[in-house]
Amino acid sequence: MDHHPSAETQRTLYPYVTGSSVVALKYKDGILMAADTGGSYGSTLRYKSIERMKPIGKHSLLGASGEISDFQEILRYLDELILYDNMWDDGNSLGPKEVHNYLTRIMYNRRNKFNPLWNSLILGGVKKGQKYLGMVSMIGVNFEDNHVATGLGNHLARPILRDEWHENLTFEEGVQLLEKCMRVLLYRDRSAVNKIQISKITEEGATVFPPFSLKTYWEFSAFKNPTVGAEGSW
Amino acid sequence: MFRNQYDTDVTTWSPAGRLFQVEYAMEAVKQGSAAIGLRSKTHVVLACVNKANSELSSHQKKIFKVDDHIGVAIAGLTADGRVLSRYMRNECINYSYTYESPLPVGRLVVQLADKAQVCTQRSWKRPYGVGLLVGGLDESGAHLYYNCPSGNYFEYQAFAIGSRSQAAKTYLERKFENFVGSSREELIKDALIATRESLQGEKLRSSVCTVAVVGVGEPFHILDQETVQKLIDEFEIVREDEPPAEPQPPAEQDAPADQGTGADQGAAAASPDVAPMDI
Repeated sequence: MDHHPSAETQRTLYPYVTGSSVVALKYKDGILMAADTGGSYGSTLRYKSIERMKPIGKHSLLGASGEISDFQEILRYLDELILYDNMWDDGNSLGPKEVHNYLTRIMYNRRNKFNPLWNSLILGGVKKGQKYLGMVSMIGVNFEDNHVATGLGNHLARPILRDEWHENLTFEEGVQLLEKCMRVLLYRDRSAVNKIQISKITEEGATVFPPFSLKTYWEFSAFKNPTVGAEGSW
Repeated sequence: MFRNQYDTDVTTWSPAGRLFQVEYAMEAVKQGSAAIGLRSKTHVVLACVNKANSELSSHQKKIFKVDDHIGVAIAGLTADGRVLSRYMRNECINYSYTYESPLPVGRLVVQLADKAQVCTQRSWKRPYGVGLLVGGLDESGAHLYYNCPSGNYFEYQAFAIGSRSQAAKTYLERKFENFVGSSREELIKDALIATRESLQGEKLRSSVCTVAVVGVGEPFHILDQETVQKLIDEFEIVREDEPPAEPQPPAEQDAPADQGTGADQGAAAASPDVAPMDI
């Protein structure tokens, strides 16, 4: 699996095609996750239909922001991991906690080699009734929580979730809450596109719902005269 | 088994399709002192007979903690057993590090078996001369496995290996159907009684045996001598008219054993000339 480096080795310097925030929360039956389907190429919103959330094995769901090609590489690593796990054929299976830790090891080891996978990953899942939701960053920082987000989601979505999340949200409540977060991101994050996907994972399995668009409202009076109260601004 | 022209190295088949070196390795297991394992739904108990070579020396270590949720009892070449225990500990710790989760017992056992198999197919190696009783807990419950030098492994409700293990096995065969629902204390007692069977007349004392337990909410640990002696005293009957080395014949022990501790004091009618368990 190791590739011999070419004579001129390079390390990752900056990302090229990037996905914006992913937001996720625990609800009554499992985990709900949301992300838009955009892939930016710098400041251009170049790709509009990239799926940034994928089921992993029987028990997990992975969402990623950051470099899309690195996300695809991670999916290949996980594919191999799940394959070997299944090949044991022994009734044991890797749960979300195990996958999350495996990803943490990968991300941290790459960071140590100054060649990171430029992603922020969200790993959620349910196994034997236990819900799990964790995050790993490109430098290997990892933690678990009842709700997590990547990138700008941490600044725009988490405050909303801290106020309004509670245990045992129903599916409808969870989706509403996620939509609220995604709407704020759509208004305020310049790399967001209005084509959202929501996915869920429960004991029964994972579902990635088809993309849809959020209703937006641009007639706020504050938008009409945006510079009122900010003298000198334009 | 007698010497023959096909038994020089492990990579030679006999015309009857046997690998004699592997079979000889299994003989080494039979020569080691006894090790016993039993499991219930929630606990696994490992016990072994620990005879020191002389009064001056210490006992050989035959039970090893592999991880909080797995332990192993060995019989045969204890040096081989030590090396394999180190391998098992390594595998467990690496898995824990990568996945923050305990290694499922079934997977460890397969890795161990594959390692043993390698030694049956290399001309420059020899099979491990040790049998391992691996007891552990994971998501799917309590497990007890036996790993052979041949590279085979089997799952058991209860098993015994080593010299005079047949006596223990006979006892376990009678009782094993109840083990699934046994409590922790009943299981330990059954392990001690099975160990006593392997002692063939010798008195069961905590100085000649080692007992270890792993269970739900209870990490693998070896019971200290005091605790073991107390448990032995609870079911051992010592009567004045009999020489101290005479244990109870197993037939007497059955009924009180089923009733639990404390009821044993009532079964005092054993005749002094009834022979101890014979094989």
